[in-house]
Formats: sequence, C-alpha cells, structure tokens
Amino acid sequence: MSIIKIKNLTKIYDGSSIEVKAVDHIDLRFEKGEFTAVVGPSGSGKTTFLNMLGGLDSPTEGEVIIDDVDMWSLSSRKRIDFRLHNIGFVFQAYNLLPVLTARENVELIMELQGRSKKERTKRTTALLEEVGLGDRIDSRPSKLSGGEQQRVAVARALASKPKFILADEPTANLDSKATENLLDIMEQLNKEENITFIFSTHDARVMKKARRIVTLEDGKILSDLTK
Amino acid sequence: MWRNKLRSLVIIIAMALGLTTGIFSTAFYEGLIDQRIDKVIKSEISHIQVHKPGFRNATEISGFIPNAEAIAEKIRTFPEVAGVSNRLIVNSMIASAETGAGVKIVGVDPAREKKVTNIHTKLVEGTYFEGKRRNPVVIGHKLAEKLNVHLGSKVVITLQDINNDITAGAFRVTGIFNTMSNAFDEGSIFVRFNDLQRLTMIPDKAGHEIAILASKNDIVNAVKLKVDSAAPGLEVLTWLDLSPEMSYLNEAMDLYMYIFIVIILFALLFGIINTMLMAVLERIKEIGMLMAIGMNKTRVFLLIMYETVFLSLTGGVFGVIFGSLISKYYETHKIDLSIWADGYLELGYDPFVYTRLEWPLLVNVTIMVIITGILASIYPAWKALSYNPANALRIE
Repeated sequence: MSIIKIKNLTKIYDGSSIEVKAVDHIDLRFEKGEFTAVVGPSGSGKTTFLNMLGGLDSPTEGEVIIDDVDMWSLSSRKRIDFRLHNIGFVFQAYNLLPVLTARENVELIMELQGRSKKERTKRTTALLEEVGLGDRIDSRPSKLSGGEQQRVAVARALASKPKFILADEPTANLDSKATENLLDIMEQLNKEENITFIFSTHDARVMKKARRIVTLEDGKILSDLTK
Repeated sequence: MWRNKLRSLVIIIAMALGLTTGIFSTAFYEGLIDQRIDKVIKSEISHIQVHKPGFRNATEISGFIPNAEAIAEKIRTFPEVAGVSNRLIVNSMIASAETGAGVKIVGVDPAREKKVTNIHTKLVEGTYFEGKRRNPVVIGHKLAEKLNVHLGSKVVITLQDINNDITAGAFRVTGIFNTMSNAFDEGSIFVRFNDLQRLTMIPDKAGHEIAILASKNDIVNAVKLKVDSAAPGLEVLTWLDLSPEMSYLNEAMDLYMYIFIVIILFALLFGIINTMLMAVLERIKEIGMLMAIGMNKTRVFLLIMYETVFLSLTGGVFGVIFGSLISKYYETHKIDLSIWADGYLELGYDPFVYTRLEWPLLVNVTIMVIITGILASIYPAWKALSYNPANALRIE
C-alpha cells in the first residue's frame, strides 16, 4: 500500500522575465519500506521536489498525499505539526544545534512532540547506540567528525518515529569511509525496521545501495527503476 | 546568547550602566525632595495645622481661636501625636537701626514648639529662648544679614493690635537660625508667645494656629480625622493641603523619574534589537532546521523572546544591583553639592543630599526591563519567522 501519493506536483519560480519550472507535473507513489534515491544533475529539481514532499516549500500545483492526508491542504500550523509526527529529515550540512550535545539534539524533537523525559532518554540512548555513537552521547557537534554528526542527524530523524525519512544529499559532505558507514546504518534500519528512506543524491555509492532510483531532469521524471 | 560573547557583553554592560544611572538618579531626586519636604514639615508647617476658617487667606489678627490652648491640650492626649504647639501669627514690620523688612512673627511656647519644629536645632548663633531676658527674638540668618543685626542687637517690631491700633515693641536678637531655606530664613521670626500676646492684646489661652506633629509620616491622615473631631468648626489641614506645591513636587518627581528610566530603556531597546537581529540572522539556518523538523512558530517566537528577555534581564539585574548598592551607600553618606549651595538654598533645597531608595522602584524597573526585552524580541522574531524553512536552510 502506498504511503505517499504525489499527483501532478509542479513548482514554477517566477523570475523577472522568465518562468522556471523546477518541478514539472510529477506523479509518483512510494511504498512502505522503500529505499529510494532521487537522482539527477544539478538543477534537475531534486531538492525542490524533496522540499515539497517534506512540506517545506509549497507547490504551484498538485498534491502530496501521505496516508490519505493531503499535506498542502492543511493550514500552516497543522502542516508543521504533521511534519513533526510523520516526516524525518536528514540535511546535507547535518544542521545539528552546536550548543547541544548529541543526546540533546536527538531528544529535542521528542520534546517538541511532548514525550516524557523517561521515554526521551531511553529512546535517545537506543538510537545513538544503533547508529554507533553510544560512547559519544554527551559530545557536542564540534567534537564529532562529519560522519558522526550525520549519524546523529539520522538518529534525530528517527527519534520522532516518522512514517518516512527524507535525506537531501546526506553524503555530500562525507568522505568515502563515512559515507559507507552511514549507508550501512540506513540500509540496516530500512531492512530490519522497515523504515522508508527517500534520498536525493549525486553519489554513485548511494545509488548502488538504493533499491529504487527515480531520475529527474528539467523537473520531469526521466526514469523510475526498481532493482 | 554567549556565542558572540563580546556583542552580548556590550549590550549587558550598556543595560547595566543605563539602569545604574537611572536608579541612582531616581534615588538622588527622591532624597532631595524628601529632604525638602522634611524641612518644610519640621521647620515650617508641621504635619497638621488648625485655624479658624479664613485665617490662612487674610491672616487677620482677629482671626484667632479663642479656646486654642484647650483644643491643643486635648490633641496632646492622642497617642499618635508627637507634639502640639499653639501659636500666634502676626504679619508685621521689623526694623533695625539701618533698615526694615516685612516678616511673619510667630509667637511660640518654646518648650511646646521644640516638639513640633526643629528651629532650635538650626541655630547658628545664640540660643533658643533660654534665660529670662525680656522680649527675645530668634531670626533667620538671611534676615540678620538684611537688617545688618547680630546677637544682642535691638530690633523694633511694629504691628496692629487686636483693637487695630498700631503698636510696637523693642526686641533683642538672642538666636540666629539657618534652615537652608532662604525664603523662610528671611521671612519668619520667632518670639515668645506671652510677649506677642501682651503686645497684641489677644486673650489668654487663644491662638491663631495649632501646629501638630504626628509620630510617623504615614499616619497623618488618621491623626487628621481625630483632630477634626477635637476641633469642630475649625479648618484642619495636613501638610499636603498646606503646601500643595510639595505634594505636586513629590508626585511630579516620581513621574519624571519614571519617564527618565523609560527614555534610558527606549534607547537601550534599539541596541538589544540590533544585537538580537544579528544573533537571529547568524542562526537563521538553525532556525530553519527547527521549523523544518516541526517546531511551530509560537515556539520559535518564544525561543527568541526568552533569549532577548534573558539578555535584557542579565543587564537589568546588574543595573538594579549596582544602582541599589550605590544608592544605599549614599543614604548614609552625604553627597556634597556645596559648590552650588547658593542655587540650591535659593530654591529651598539642601546642598547636602542623602539618597532615598524605594523598593517598589526596583520592582517596577525590573518589570520595565522584562517589557523592554519582550518588545525588543518582536522584530528579530518576526524576521526569523518571515523565512520559510526551505529558504532558511539554503542560506550559507
């Protein structure tokens, strides 16, 4: 059963003289437990597509339906709440709060959800151990390598128990060893816990791991291949 | 807030200095006004005065209260009363060998008067009606200068008696006082009650004015109510009615000082807005991330507001502490402004000022600092919320 249905999704940027179609009438479906890479050259519309899918950027046209909820028909306040409970994000630049420890960065999202301290502590410890950072739990981001920071970001994305995780170029700032490590962790989470991952990437190593590859070009789907 | 320590410290120090100045200035002026009011009460008018209706407007010699001493005696029995003095008040001319001047003569029973006013403590020369010398007069130093008289000098007081006949008496200067109020020191003289009574032929036990000093400043209104019932048909006025300009001065100064502090905080408001705006713009990517993962706008706004209020309060608390410590120190150590003594004395103020710090001021200032913090957070928070998360995350 599809957890995400995308219908006629379009994003047009109005420049001063020209109109740019960043995403051009895309129709797609994602199933529970998919490990999908959205690929394409720079400017193909990957990030815009992911932003609309994640409720961060509004479409000019079309629908994003997640578990029968049309996200873009929700009010701004309800959409923020919907993101909080249904979507996990992993960003290219990790985007951890530098003043918080790894534990606090992961706990933050559960605090926003109103979960108890006891539950937060238990889940944060389990998640950081799962991504191999059980011994770095109280380290601030500045004391962690890029790969470790991105693993904290994955733990943070998982902390809210989302329906799926969107990762925008998650390996772009990582060396090959850190990339391999991160991909192994995400693949393991996907296989063992049936967590749905959707990436945007240029990285061949990510594409190699992905079981479905959606290729965009000029905002349109060029191909949609399942291995 | 501490990511850019220097920037935060600058605004905290600015806030602390501004409030230290504001609080100390307020305590200084409160002290100055208090001393002025205290002087007016203790040297001139006391807390409460009783007159025959209309006497204060005309000061007619015939406007005496026939049973003044009996009323005064009754009031002396009130436990809340520290002193009661029955006085004779007559407008007259005083002349020395060189010149003359118009003055208000106050006829007093020295022992009773000492319990109401403090003129006896303000003597710079001579004594306050000691000994049995006939017709002594105690005058202010300003009048002494004007008449060119000294201790022992003879002066002639000319006045109208109760029968409207002009009469005169020779008096000898036995004391010279300095209340540090030039107008009072030049315009009022004191003689013995009996000497003035004899000269004016006012009946025994009568008086023009019953001056009452309450044991505490804050019970004056309660004492007035009791005096009202002890003096039916007479005009009973408190110092606030007798000297409305003092009451106005007191209220106006409170208002001016709050306006002064508001101006300081208003100036600081822009500094705080600037600091917070820079802090928000530096962290716009983090704020974008927080909004992306599901922090709603109210929480983002509160996050920025708490930080701004905390920044303001940190400076505010230091300002309140420093301002209070300095003000408290000068409550017991005089601020010497004697180089401007002439100007201060002319206006009736002491050139030596002791500050007075009121605790409600500190509470109000703290509340004002919090309000300033809240106001200062609005624009930076609005700026942060104006980005959508996708755009905020793209900013490098």
